[in-house]
Amino acid sequence: MNATAATTAARAVQATKVYGSGDNAVHALAGVDVAFGRGEFTCIMGPSGSGKSTLMHCMAGLDSLTSGQVFVGDLEVSSLDEQGLTNLRRDRMGFIFQAFNLVPTLSAEENIVLPLRLAGRSRDDDWFGRVVDTVGLTERLDHRPSELSGGQQQRVAVARALASQPEMIFADEPTGNLDSSTGTEILTFMRHAVDVFDQTIVMVTHDPYAAAYAHRVVFLSDGMIVDEMRDPDGDRVLDRMKQFGK
Amino acid sequence: MASKDQSPASRLRLSDVVRVGASGPRARKTRTALSALGISIGIAALVGVLGLSESSKSALLDEISALGTNLLTVEAGGGIGAGDGELPETALASAARIPTVTSASAVWNVDADVYQNEYIPEGETGAINVVAADVDLVHTLRGDVADGRFFDETTAPYPTAVVGSVAAERYGIRDLDTPTYVFIGDDYVEVVGILEEFPLAADLDRSVILSQQAASTFFDADDSPSTVFVRVLDGTIDETRDVLPGNTDPENPEEVTVSRPSDALEAQAAADDALTTLFLGLGAVALLVGGIGIANVMVIAVIERRGEIGLRRALGATQAHIRRQFVTEAIILSVLGGIGGVAIGVAATFVYASSQDWRVIIPQEAAFGGLVGAVAIGAIAGLYPAMRAAKLAPTEALRA
Ligand SMILES: Nc1ncnc2c1ncn2[C@@H]1O[C@H](COP(=O)(O)OP(=O)(O)OP(=O)(O)O)[C@@H](O)[C@H]1O
Ligand SMILES: [Mg+2]
Repeated sequence: MNATAATTAARAVQATKVYGSGDNAVHALAGVDVAFGRGEFTCIMGPSGSGKSTLMHCMAGLDSLTSGQVFVGDLEVSSLDEQGLTNLRRDRMGFIFQAFNLVPTLSAEENIVLPLRLAGRSRDDDWFGRVVDTVGLTERLDHRPSELSGGQQQRVAVARALASQPEMIFADEPTGNLDSSTGTEILTFMRHAVDVFDQTIVMVTHDPYAAAYAHRVVFLSDGMIVDEMRDPDGDRVLDRMKQFGK
Repeated sequence: MASKDQSPASRLRLSDVVRVGASGPRARKTRTALSALGISIGIAALVGVLGLSESSKSALLDEISALGTNLLTVEAGGGIGAGDGELPETALASAARIPTVTSASAVWNVDADVYQNEYIPEGETGAINVVAADVDLVHTLRGDVADGRFFDETTAPYPTAVVGSVAAERYGIRDLDTPTYVFIGDDYVEVVGILEEFPLAADLDRSVILSQQAASTFFDADDSPSTVFVRVLDGTIDETRDVLPGNTDPENPEEVTVSRPSDALEAQAAADDALTTLFLGLGAVALLVGGIGIANVMVIAVIERRGEIGLRRALGATQAHIRRQFVTEAIILSVLGGIGGVAIGVAATFVYASSQDWRVIIPQEAAFGGLVGAVAIGAIAGLYPAMRAAKLAPTEALRA
């Protein structure tokens, strides 16, 4: 149990997301109440189609709820318009995705500073150097994504998420396309960012051993939070996940 | 870790916009080249056609100014009066006396047929006629002698001939290195000169010219000149024109026609060639097709790059950023095509105009307008794809 979970970085209140209508309606989120602690590494797990990505998108301002509320800090995300959501993402969020994480026509360095550029902010060279150094990309900054391995590309994505020092980083299956040792590397960086840089991270994953890097795991099933676990280890998470199959 | 409040509104500098917009075309060079080609062809056609028509026009105007626009011709006829349809015998002398006239010459008809030699059947003159002229004719018309010489006071009494450029060609007379004769009436007459073209008096090109003095001595020449040519002081064209009929034919001034041969050439220079218009039309169609091609390529690019669009949106790009990116990309494609087109058009004009010995003239409006047009076409062609791209929801795009 981590004692720093005192303050909340973001939370959802009775978050509901319905796709389609009538007979075809899919309740991707069916009344989710959840809070993510500041400076904490939280993991969202659950079967495929349980609403993990949907929850993440709605909390990060990538998508809007059908009903309910989402707060980032004191800001009610669910009340924002398109421009407000863009500003939220730009100024306060960082993202790591499973696929299509980098702009193929930009170099690694340009990808890393892209959010800063979009925000019209100048980069903090000390911080940039430290982040690039941490993820071990110093030698590769001029390369295009196509000239980097999958693991290196994902490191660039991690560096990009860290470079703008966002309030929160959302990661959707960041290790889904990587072999286990590269995945371990990425997860280590992410945990490092939380422990050393006090970063807040919310990560969606299917891998119980990836979840073990988090402080806390919440389990989602059919659009609802069904369980959570503090200081998880891989085997316990695996056991919990197995129950969904039944 | 610093937590930020709303940071200042995002600014993308122009250089950034261009860099981002150029990244797509740069990454797909073949497609870029092909999609820009339509615009290139259109602009090349416009620039080339306008360049060539300007160059040829300027060549014609150069020629006109070399020939001078201060030449007037005086002829009988045109009136409905009771006159005899001839200028008076004194017409040349009267014209020369007008103070604003700097030089005057005349041509008289000669009642004789001319043939290359005596063996040509009678009547087959090939539309070459015989005229007589005073010794100043070449000077007054600013003509040139290609070979030999024109008559002067000392040679004028003798029966010799000077041939016009077309007549020389018909008779196969290229030079006068060997004694050359033409058959006029019943006699061979030696050719002493070959003339260059007279653009201001093309009739003379098809003539064999005798000196007036010799013509009246040895042949049956009219006493009245058929045409009087006068050069006038610059700026006195109109006033001279007004007094010429009264001076040359005081009895029947209304039967005198005065004309200015350079007018016809100027009209020709001003005339919009039908072919030019046709090619301009084709160029416009090529531009339209080129624009549609670019719109097409941009729609495909948007579909292909949904992931990138979604990612950019997730990272904080606004809809306006995305829109601008794709419009810029379309403009870059189109401008590349435009630059290529201007280059091709200029090159074509240069090669053709040089081959014609024309001064090369590239109308700036054509080159500049071509580029501005390319920007406009790119912007229009890119607008719809760009709006589609901007409308993509970030999640929708990321799912792709
Ligand atoms: N745009 C959409 N239109 C209709 N249904 C959707 C849409 N997006 C998601 N869904 C549905 O909502 C539910 C939750 O989807 P979501 O992507 O959040 O699942 P997930 O937990 O992330 O699954 P996975 O582990 O496979 O990524 C699924 O049933 C999905 O089919
Ligand atoms: Mg998912």
